[in-house]
This record gives sequence, structure tokens and C-alpha cells, in this order.
Amino acid sequence: MSTTAKIMKYELHDVVRSRWLIGYTLFFLLLADALLRFSDTGVKALLSLLNVVLFVVPLVSIVFGTMYLYNAREFTELLLAQPVSRRQMFAGLYLGLVLPLVAAFLVGMGLPFVYLGMDETVRYATLFALLGTGAALTAVFLAVSLLIAVRTEDKVKGLGLAIALWLLTAVVYDGLVLLLATTFADYPLEQPLLGLMLLNPVDLARVLLLLRFDISALMGYTGAVFQQFFGGSTGTLVAVAVLTLWLLVPLYLGLRRFRRKDF
Amino acid sequence: MIEITRLQKRFGRLEVLQGIDLTIRDGQITAVVGPNGAGKTTLIKMILGLARPDTGEIRFDGQPIEGDFGYRARIGYMPQIARFPENLSGAELLGMLKDLRGRGAALDEELIEQFDLDDQLRKPLRTLSGGTRQKVNAVAAFLFRPDLLILDEPTAGLDPVSSSILKDKILSERARGRTFILTSHIMSELEELSDDVAFLLEGRVRFAGPVDELKDVTRQPNLERAIAQVMTEGLAA
Repeated sequence: MSTTAKIMKYELHDVVRSRWLIGYTLFFLLLADALLRFSDTGVKALLSLLNVVLFVVPLVSIVFGTMYLYNAREFTELLLAQPVSRRQMFAGLYLGLVLPLVAAFLVGMGLPFVYLGMDETVRYATLFALLGTGAALTAVFLAVSLLIAVRTEDKVKGLGLAIALWLLTAVVYDGLVLLLATTFADYPLEQPLLGLMLLNPVDLARVLLLLRFDISALMGYTGAVFQQFFGGSTGTLVAVAVLTLWLLVPLYLGLRRFRRKDF
Repeated sequence: MIEITRLQKRFGRLEVLQGIDLTIRDGQITAVVGPNGAGKTTLIKMILGLARPDTGEIRFDGQPIEGDFGYRARIGYMPQIARFPENLSGAELLGMLKDLRGRGAALDEELIEQFDLDDQLRKPLRTLSGGTRQKVNAVAAFLFRPDLLILDEPTAGLDPVSSSILKDKILSERARGRTFILTSHIMSELEELSDDVAFLLEGRVRFAGPVDELKDVTRQPNLERAIAQVMTEGLAA
């Protein structure tokens, strides 16, 4: 087994024992279960789940990631005094977080669909898109948490920064876009709005998912423009590329800093 | 074994190391001494690659350590404050290190027996007393029979019996040809163990050489007085 895989394994042992992770799995399990049982149609349940996923997955990923990484300082120092490179350590730390969190999300979210089944209103592709987007958001926000923990020595400051970033991407950003849209309502805003959506991973995920529900008609002309852009293969490719950048840029910056860091 | 040239390090405004030149001889015990804040721990962390120099170079058996990590397979490190992942038990910690360093060579578990640690190793590390953690720390450092052992305040927190066991271990491993870098605030202990001494003051090396030479130069009967003299009056011409 490679050194990175070993580091990941030790961390996995630790993370899986954490009550947070069990709570996270149960949360999605209960939520998906309840929504599937009590919604009129499967597609409504899925739509409600979507909104919760876009809100909760980034929050839990960035906060859990940041907290865990600060608490893993001893573990990191201990291993870095062994024949372990900084790159191996960094990769091990990240993978040891991504795997359990993604697994917790997929299991919690997916299981009720398996044992309760779905009605004909839900297409498998839509469900898989939701699961895939949730997993991607987990990976992105954990990468950001790693960057925060590497760059900020102070735990409280780092945690504050993590929550501020979540607020900005998951809550405030939408309001700002809305404000912009109403202020400049007389102008053709479709292109700038498209650009703004691409900048924020949460919004990008939201647009990608909503378009799968055939409700973009509700979004008016802008929705039509989005449908045209993201509906095509170019748009989907661009969206996936942007999400990938959101993953790779924090990881790259984090690793660069991690390699120079003094312990 | 280790050659350090013009090593400099600053943390913010604080210049911790201001150009260190030092050679650690093969098969010898080198004591690194100096008042608090002289840069001892920083120097040790740099040899381990935990902290990185601003300028200067460290060579391990002739090879620069910059960009390398394989050389750490030949080092055993006992940090000053034993900080471990809290949820692990001692046995899990040692298991993890064994798995990671995974060498075929026989492990040195002599200290586990001598410290009578078997029962303690099953408990979570966070529940152990400071002294017991320090013993686990020592076991981990010697476990892989490394060529170089870096022990930062190894006897701090140990009772006299355990402290003697550890000192005997150091001497017997030195007799097998291993190299040591030691720090301690207890001068009599360093005098008992060390061949060489490197005296650090305000980020500079004020004296480096055999202990006997330092005593000769300062015309003092023991290491403690010799160091005290260098600190107050500098080296006599």
C-alpha cells in the first residue's frame, strides 16, 4: 500500500468513529425517508431534497473539514517526522476526509430511494445528478476547508472564515444576484447572470440540477437562456470544468502552502 | 552525519537562527544546549524537515535534505512535548508507525519491557500521565533502530528510575554506533552522556566541539560551569 493510502486509512479509522459523521448520515437518511413517504410525488421529494443538499452539504463539509484538520495537527506533525513527504501527507489528509463524507452523503441520501422505491415521476438520471452534485460539492468544500486550515494558524479564525465563506456562497450570493437583477431589470442581463452563476459553485450546482426538473419554464426568459446554455453539451462541459476548477485551485494553493509550512 | 551550513530562520520579526554552522559527528552524542529561545527546537525541527530554512543548507550523509524525505527513515525522533493523536492507544500508535515504516529488520522493543509499558499501551494516550506518554515517546524513537536519534529533553517528566533506564539505553545504543542529538536543561545529565557540545545563544553557535575541549578552554571543572562562563563572559581568548 502506498504511503498516501496508509495515511488515508488511519484518518478514515478516526473519522468513521466520529459522532458527527454518523449524525450526518442519519440526517439525510431520515430526511429522504420522510420526504419520500409524505410527498405527493417523487419529483417533489427530490426537489425539496435538492434545496437541503445545496444548503447543508457545503456547510457540513467546510465546517467538519476545517475542524477536523485543526484537530489533526498532532497527527500531521507525528507523521511528517516519519519518512513521509508533504505531498503524500496532504493527499492522505484530503482523501481521508472526502471518502467518508461522500460515502455518508450517498448512503444517507440513496438508501431510502432503494428501499422505498421511486414513482414514475422520477427519472434515475435526475437522482444520480443530485447524488453526483452533492458528492462534487462535498469534494469542493473540503478542498476549501483544507486551504483555510493550512493558511490560518488560529483555529477560531479559521472556523470563522469557513462559516463566512459558506454564508457567502450558499446564502448571501443569491441575494446579491437578485439585487443586481432587480436593479438592472431594464437591461438584458442573461449573459452577466450566466457568468455570475458560473462563479459560485453552489449556484452552479443549483442551476445544473434545476434544469433537470423541467421547471426552467418557471424561470422566464433567463431560464430559457440557461436551458439553452446548460442544456447543450458545451454548457454542461463548461459547468463541469468550472466545478473541477473549484476543486483543483484550492487543492493546488493548499498543497503549495503546505509544502512550505513550518510545524 | 549531519552538516549544517549558514542556516537562517526567522519567524516574523524574530530571527530564531542567525547563521548556524555545525557538524554532527557519526557515532557521537552531541548535546545542543542554550537558554530558552536560543533556537534548539527550531534547529531540531529543521533537521527533521518539519520547519524549513530561509537560507542555508542541511546535509544528511552528504545529501541535501531539501526536497528529500526518505532520509527520515534513518531518524528516530522524540519530541519535547509528547503530542499524539488523542484517540489512539499506545499500541495503535506504534502499530501505525510500524505499518508506515514497515521495515523487515527486527524492531527494538526493549524499552517496552524495561519501562513495563505493556498494560499502559492498551489505554488511550490521552488518559496517560505525562511521564508515561514520555516513555511511549521514547519507545517510538528507538523502535526502528535508526542511525540517528534526536531526543528533545528526553528525561523531562521521567522519574529517576525511568530516567536511568533511558540513559543506559542511550549509552548502549551509542556503543552500537548510533548517533545522537540531545537537548536538556540538566547539565550534569548532558555531561554524563555527551561527547560533543554545541552551545547556542541568540540564534548563533557560540561553541561547538568536544565537551573536554570546552572545559579546557574555559578552565572550568564541569560542563555547567563552563557553559555559565561562556554565557556571561564569552569564550576566553
